[in-house]
Amino acid sequence: MSLLEVSALNVDFNTRGGVINAVNSLSFTVERGETLGIVGESGSGKTVCCNALMRLLPIPPATIKGRALFEGVDLLTSSESRLRSIRGRHIGMIFQDPMTALNPFMRIGQQIMEPLQLHYKTPKDLARKRALALLQEVGIDKPEQRMDCYAHELSGGMRQRVMIAMALITEPDLLIADEPTTALDVTTQAQILALLNELQQRRNIAMIFISHDLHVIKQIATRVLVLQKGCMVEQGHCAKVFGAPQHEYTQSLLNAIPKGEKPTRYRHEQALAPNFLTITNASISFAGKPTPHLAVNDVSLSLARGEILGLVGESGCGKTSLAQSVVRLVDLEEGEVKLQNKLVTSLNKKALRLARKDMQMIFQDPFASLNPRMSIFEIIAEPLKLHDLAKTKHSLSEKVLALMCEVGLEANWAHKYPHQFSGGQRQRVAIARAIAVEPQLIIADEPVSALDVTIQAQILKLLLDLCWQYNISMIFISHDLAVVRYVADRIAVMQKGQIVELGNTEALLKNPQHHYTQTLLAARLS
Amino acid sequence: MLKFFAARLLQAIPVLFVVITATFFLVHSAPGGPFDAEKTLPAEVLDNLNARYNLDDPLYKQYLSYMGNLVQGDFGPSFRYSNRSVTEMILTGLPITFELALYAMLIALIIGISAGIVASIRPNSAQDYIPMSLAMAGICLPSFLMGPLLVLIFGISLDWLPVSGWGYAPGDKILPAITLGTGYAAYIARLTRGGMIEVMGQDYIRTAKAKGLSTPMIIYRHALRGGLAPVVAFLGPAFAGLLAGSFVVETIFQIPGLGRFYVQAAFNRDYTMILGTTILLSTLIVLFNIVSDILTVWLNPRLTLKD
Repeated sequence: MSLLEVSALNVDFNTRGGVINAVNSLSFTVERGETLGIVGESGSGKTVCCNALMRLLPIPPATIKGRALFEGVDLLTSSESRLRSIRGRHIGMIFQDPMTALNPFMRIGQQIMEPLQLHYKTPKDLARKRALALLQEVGIDKPEQRMDCYAHELSGGMRQRVMIAMALITEPDLLIADEPTTALDVTTQAQILALLNELQQRRNIAMIFISHDLHVIKQIATRVLVLQKGCMVEQGHCAKVFGAPQHEYTQSLLNAIPKGEKPTRYRHEQALAPNFLTITNASISFAGKPTPHLAVNDVSLSLARGEILGLVGESGCGKTSLAQSVVRLVDLEEGEVKLQNKLVTSLNKKALRLARKDMQMIFQDPFASLNPRMSIFEIIAEPLKLHDLAKTKHSLSEKVLALMCEVGLEANWAHKYPHQFSGGQRQRVAIARAIAVEPQLIIADEPVSALDVTIQAQILKLLLDLCWQYNISMIFISHDLAVVRYVADRIAVMQKGQIVELGNTEALLKNPQHHYTQTLLAARLS
Repeated sequence: MLKFFAARLLQAIPVLFVVITATFFLVHSAPGGPFDAEKTLPAEVLDNLNARYNLDDPLYKQYLSYMGNLVQGDFGPSFRYSNRSVTEMILTGLPITFELALYAMLIALIIGISAGIVASIRPNSAQDYIPMSLAMAGICLPSFLMGPLLVLIFGISLDWLPVSGWGYAPGDKILPAITLGTGYAAYIARLTRGGMIEVMGQDYIRTAKAKGLSTPMIIYRHALRGGLAPVVAFLGPAFAGLLAGSFVVETIFQIPGLGRFYVQAAFNRDYTMILGTTILLSTLIVLFNIVSDILTVWLNPRLTLKD
């Protein structure tokens, strides 16, 4: 008998717009000691499926049908108290975003000890000892000190390790991990995956591993299940599914991953005129305790017209601060930024406003960076009005519609609001807004990291097309080396506020000089 | 924390200065004076009285001398109750009002928080609607209606509790405290419900559920601390409001507290008494707000005190 046997799982949500079928007659099994990967794009029902198994969905609006036998107990129909004795004891869960999934009001030690004290009535000092040992096992240094920290005092990687420790402390038979590495840097991700792999083998735990990232699934899972819009389209051993995908959806997912070099048609034949944008000796620091935090430390860079520079580094390395200082969203403490002949760093308010016409930003999160109370039309029209680029109402609407068409949005969507669009569509709106003023420089801060692979591929192509067509220079910030390789002419690697390596994309990736670049490349999964 | 406290107190000085100045000129610009009564006093007597209390000086001079005395901690004599200073009167009234407000607050917290939690467990069900409708009624029912109603039911019809006084008969503190507390209980219930519903929708509550905790344990161990944040923030202003709002209840139940002095002083144009009570109340409001802020920070480890 399998450890977990799910048959004909169906999850519906009753909404005002009607019934939404989130999971559609899904059946699968999980054996002891194996890892089942569930992969699919956002909205495909991966998370809903696992939360439904644990009855963690609010009912109503959700209705759950089907059967989920865990060691002979049907999780979906068992009594609440029977289920509680399984939750956390026999089935542990690791959630996607450890910042929100950990209680901000409770010390992490207490949170880790809680399942043990709850299910096994372990005395406090013994539970503490176990928690300490486990924190050590998941690779947290100075566990004694960390036990008394609150979640916000730890880094993203540490928080995720805490989540893992919390799920493992009762030594469950099954671990459900929902995108456990998505919020993490590549190097941390590699560490966490290795850790899960090792723990699983040492303790012979079964695992359901959810991810949108095919590389990750490939590395960790024995079998994989591909979900599309709540339906399973393919299931089988990892090597088979990834080696010879049968379903066209799986094929399209695999094809959408940026592979290889920047396409030759986007490459500049002759050397570009340098010094379109120059950053000299830039330093930025933020107030902090006990000493101010030096986010950017004496960085110099230059960019040619039409060139795309990939800025790579882990979270907190200062890439965003540096990029934002170019458009003066953050002020430099020292150093200067020069765009052509204009010294951006010394412009007064009015001149800066005019100068911003030439430099635009695209932000990471298209959900948060568009004003929810403005229609798409208003969002795209705003910069045009500000810089007086449309003289009449008629020409304004003509321009907006042309821009929408250019980024692949339908004209009759103009009066819709951001929440009515998907992530990819929203990022298109953000791009339309950025190119509306015909900028010479675009700063794109992780423009595709919130998007699914297929959408990501479309947006990357759009950005490349636009830059090529209008000879726009771009600073492209990303933590994903494969994406950067695909778009950038040159790559700058940042670590702790400094650029540690800078060079032509292919040369740098083939022969990394700095040991940090080497670590990054090694952590990349492929 | 001491630094924060001191800084906030310093910030309160300009606030108090504006309040005192505005009150001073407002009460003096109101028609009538402390010695106008139904029976008009002979002109010489009035002149004598005015001279004794310096009321014949130009207003700015009176203001300056009042402020001068105030800085030295002297609230001046009461105009209406000769031979009694404002400080004396405040010291007799304040402890009583303070005690009343404290009981009312306890009642408000116990009723409000429990009703709010009950309502938040199943939002938009009968379990939510019933306590919340009662809370709405509690907010709508003013204390001058609630007081007599309670007196009618528990004092007269049922004859369970005394209907006036403070500390004269056993149980005479119950009805006033309930009357004063119910309105605030209703507010606190609504705040608790809102805070708890928000917290119960957070990811970390789902985590707690996935650990196998039961709903009461989740509420007690994981949700309350965050869910009560709005209530804690409201406590400071609420307590100040209780002190200031107690005059209606004190009048209904014949309680010799500060509130009654305050109202009488206003009717009597007892300038120094009005000013004294106003200064006291504004200081308390500022103080309780600071305490409320400190509590909020103490409850939330993500916040730190910054001045």
